[in-house]
Amino acid sequence: MREMMTTTTIDQSVRKGRWQYRVQWLFWGALVIGLYVWAGKGLQFSGVQASAADVSKSILHGILNPDWRYVYNGSGEDLTSEIIQTIAIAFLGTFISAFISIPFAFWAARTEKGKWHLRSTSGKFVLTLIRTFPEIVLAIMFIKSVGPGSYAGVLAVGVHSIGMLGKLFSEGIEEMDRGPEEALVSVGGNRTEVLCLATLPTLLPEFISYTLYRFEISVRSASILGMIGAGGIGTPLIFAIQTRSWSRVGIILIGIVVMVMGIDWLSGQLRKKLA
Amino acid sequence: MDSKTLTLPKRPFRQRFHVVGLTALLLLLIGLWGSAQITGVNVKMLVDNLNQFVVLLVEMSHPEWAYLSVIWPPIIETIQMAMIGTTIGTLFAIPMALIAAHNIVKNPFIRGCVRLFLDITRSLPDLLLAALFVAVFGIGATAGVVTLAIFSFGMISKLFYEAIETIDAGPFEALNATGANRVQMIAFAVVPQILPAFISYFLYTFEINVRASTVLGYLGAGGIGVYLQRSLSEFDYSDTAVIILATLVVVVAIDGLSTFVRERLA
Repeated sequence: MREMMTTTTIDQSVRKGRWQYRVQWLFWGALVIGLYVWAGKGLQFSGVQASAADVSKSILHGILNPDWRYVYNGSGEDLTSEIIQTIAIAFLGTFISAFISIPFAFWAARTEKGKWHLRSTSGKFVLTLIRTFPEIVLAIMFIKSVGPGSYAGVLAVGVHSIGMLGKLFSEGIEEMDRGPEEALVSVGGNRTEVLCLATLPTLLPEFISYTLYRFEISVRSASILGMIGAGGIGTPLIFAIQTRSWSRVGIILIGIVVMVMGIDWLSGQLRKKLA
Repeated sequence: MDSKTLTLPKRPFRQRFHVVGLTALLLLLIGLWGSAQITGVNVKMLVDNLNQFVVLLVEMSHPEWAYLSVIWPPIIETIQMAMIGTTIGTLFAIPMALIAAHNIVKNPFIRGCVRLFLDITRSLPDLLLAALFVAVFGIGATAGVVTLAIFSFGMISKLFYEAIETIDAGPFEALNATGANRVQMIAFAVVPQILPAFISYFLYTFEINVRASTVLGYLGAGGIGVYLQRSLSEFDYSDTAVIILATLVVVVAIDGLSTFVRERLA
């Protein structure tokens, strides 16, 4: 009798569990389907222009027959010099902002216990603010103050990088090994000595690695900032798209792909060596 | 004790004069100097014109809140674009990820080709794709959705095949031993193991796409970016500020929601 009761209760609870499981699935499924119906209804796909097929055909034709003469023609406005300019924008912006990010990182790092700390919380807030400010808006603001060209691009990439590098650096500081610092304090090192001989050397490989990673991202941003007038490969690209010279677009796309993949590979190799 | 035994070990020339570190520093400085020459950096000009920048920031610090009712529909459209775009990209990414994973496809040549294709896709910046697709489809949300689909296709494929490569081979081998075919092995050994990771990566990509889609409209690809461009070209910086703040709130909310779901999955 007793045994039977236990089996029925187990059976009931299993059945109840299965039922709950099904309801849960139904709920989530209905929610997801509802979201998609809502999203699909809200978008207007009717705005597609009639020439879309022709345009994509000519784009494909242009990309398959790139304008190789544009690669280098000595005018200083060819693909090679634009690519070099793009890399220069990303390089300068990223590495300068890496130096500027270090004080920001120490500001934002939570080195003491406790969830809320005035210095660290305010630092984190400032970094979030910089990070969420769209890079394009930043570029436009700099174009308004220093004029169109690569200089505005450098400033936009640089300021935007501080937001991300500062965050990554501060997390590096929070998780660093405190051993070397304690060792220096125990032999009587003062604050400057601890910073120069223990803290910075411990953090340096990680900081360089993050900077290289950000450099990869910056190369991508630098190649699109030109579309709004901030120098680099984006400027000739947007002109080529607007004038519908697709073979020019093709060679620029190839150039960007080669540049981005080359930089990613180089930076990956360097980061592997540091790790 | 003999003092001779206590001498420090001799360091080779390379270590004593920090050859590697100093060379790297020199290269960095040359690179920075060269880049500064190429890009025409002019610190004086920045300092002189910094007041321009400050003026813009001051104008932005007075947001025009009435504008909020105008930009609400495009913000919703932005989220919808991100949802549809991410989903289309994911649907295409799943078969690609299966082909690119080394524990599913044994042929290194096929895998290499697929991975090269994915690398090329990933190296194209999102705004660049948007500019191309605006030329193809015309101004509107369609260009944005296609851009986001391709952008998330490249990213999700990589995340997915890396997830597939970390799965436990046990269930796979067990099914193989009982004579299951390839489709059955994928359905009963691979899918159950990677589903949580897949959903988590999907949501993560969705977050990134919501961020990306807010600027895509700048080149005409629909969503809030269209209004961002309009306010900037009309010098309505108080409107720009409202757009940036509203976008920020939406992005933070979606990040929070997605992180919550992802943490529950993990």
